[in-house]
Amino acid sequence: MPKIVFAEPGGGRREIDAPLGLTLMEVARQHGVQGVVAQCGGACMCATCHVYVDPAWLARLEPREEMEEGMLESAWEPRDNSRLSCQIHITAELDGLHVTVPKRQR
Amino acid sequence: MISTILIIGGGQAGAQAIDTLRREGFGGRLVLIGDEPELPYQRPPLSKKYLSGEMAADRLVFRHRSFYDEHRIELKLGALAVRLHPAARQVDLADGETLTYDRLLLGLGATSRLLTCPGAELPGVHYLRGLADVTPIQAGFKPGARVVIIGGGYIGLETAATCRKMGCAITVLEMADRVMNRVVAPCVSQYFAEEHRGQGVNILCDMRVVRLEGQGRVERVVCADGSSHAADLVIVGVGAVATTRLASDAGLACDNGIVVDQYCRTSDAAIYAAGDCTNHPSPRFGRRVRLESVDNAFEQAKTAALNMLDRPAAHDRVPWFWSDQFDNKLLIVGLSQDYDRQVLRGDPASRSFSVCYLKGTELLAVEAVNHSKDYMAARKLIVERALLDPQKLADPQRALKEAI
Repeated sequence: MPKIVFAEPGGGRREIDAPLGLTLMEVARQHGVQGVVAQCGGACMCATCHVYVDPAWLARLEPREEMEEGMLESAWEPRDNSRLSCQIHITAELDGLHVTVPKRQR
Repeated sequence: MISTILIIGGGQAGAQAIDTLRREGFGGRLVLIGDEPELPYQRPPLSKKYLSGEMAADRLVFRHRSFYDEHRIELKLGALAVRLHPAARQVDLADGETLTYDRLLLGLGATSRLLTCPGAELPGVHYLRGLADVTPIQAGFKPGARVVIIGGGYIGLETAATCRKMGCAITVLEMADRVMNRVVAPCVSQYFAEEHRGQGVNILCDMRVVRLEGQGRVERVVCADGSSHAADLVIVGVGAVATTRLASDAGLACDNGIVVDQYCRTSDAAIYAAGDCTNHPSPRFGRRVRLESVDNAFEQAKTAALNMLDRPAAHDRVPWFWSDQFDNKLLIVGLSQDYDRQVLRGDPASRSFSVCYLKGTELLAVEAVNHSKDYMAARKLIVERALLDPQKLADPQRALKEAI
C-alpha cells in the first residue's frame, strides 16, 4: 500500500498506509489525522479537508476541477499548492506523498 | 469532577463530540451508545454513492476501530438506551445494563416521517435513513424496475437521481406545486425538475398520495386526482421529525426538538444535546431553529463538548446545506425566511447560477447551483452581516464579494 505522510497542525507527523481506491481525505479521517474535518464526506462542498501538497508532488496529481477551485478560493489561507484532500484518489504512484494540514479549516 | 461522559447516538454529533472531548484533554471514561450495529458512519452518501454501489461501507466510517481503542472510547453498538433518570444521572439500556454519568450528550438525530395512508405498511415500501435501509432498496434495482418516490425533497430527488443511474424507471410524486418547495426558490426548483426530466425522471407535482395498493406487496400508488402509478418499489421521503422520546419521557423540555440553549444545554444541567434532534437559538438569525444539517450537528457537538469540560463556548453558526443530483451541486447557506427580495445571479440555462435573499440590503441566504465561488463568498458575507448593493449583486460578471 502506498505510504502517505501527513504533517499535523499540532506538529505531529503521521505515516499512514493508504489503501488504493480511497481518497486522501478518507484515509486521514479514518485514522484521525488532526485538522482534517471533512464535513461533507467527499462531495467537494465544504472545503474542510484542505491540505497543502508538497510542491514536488503537485504535478503528479490530477489538476483541480472548477468546483474545487471555487471552494479553495475562500478556504483558510489558500496557496498555490492547496488541494481538497477529498479530490485526491490514492494510486500506487502516490507512494511517499507528503501533505501538510493547515492550522485551521476556515 | 467529571469522570464519566456518556454519548447517546452514533451519528455526526456523537462522532464529533468524542473527538473534541479527547483532543481537549478529557481523560475520563467516555462511552458511545449507538443503536445501529456499525461503527459510526456518514449518512449523506447513503442516497448517493453508497446506494449506487460506487462506495463500499468501509469508506463510510468516520474512524477505524483502532482509533476508538487508541483513545479509550467504549463503544456500545447495537445498544438501545431505553430510559433516562436525570436525578440519578443514569441511563438504562435495553439489555438491562445501567450506566451512570457525570455529563450526558444526546445526539439522537431525526427519524423519517412515516406515511400514514392505507397500504403504507405493504412490503416494498422503503424509507432511507440508515445503512440497513439501503440493502433492501438495492435488491430492487433491476433494469426497468419501476420505482415510485413519494416526496420531491432532498432525499426524494437524490434517490431519484441515483435510481435513474441504476437503470430504473422513476416517478416522483410531490404534494406541493414544485419540488424542494420548502428549501429553494422557484427558479431553483424549476431548474432541478428540468434536470431530472432531461434524465428521464417523471416528476409530477400537486400529487397527493391517498393509498398504496397491492396483493401482499406494493404494486401501485394512488393519488387524490385518481391517477395510479405502477410500482415495483416505493421509496418515501416526506421529511423527518426530531428523535426526542428518550428526552421527553425523562421530563426534559422538548418543542419540535430537544430544547437547548446557546451552550447546547438541555433543561437539565448535566445533559446536553446536539444535531438534528435539537431546537436551538440562532443568534445570527434571532430565532429558534431546528436544522437537519451535518454542519450543525458537527458544530453543536463541538460546542457541547467544550461546555461539558467547563470551557464556555456558544453556538452561533450560519447554517449550510448541500445536495448532489446527477452532476449538479446545490449549495445553500443561511436561512431565507424574512427576506423581502430575491436577486438572481446568472442564467439558469448556463447551468451555473445563484439566488440571493436580501432583507433590505442585508444578505440572509444564498442558493448556489454549480457555483462554489458564490457559495463560499456568501458564507463570509452572511456571518459579517454584510450590506450589499442589489444592482451590483445582479451582475453575474461581478464577484459576489465585490457587490458591497
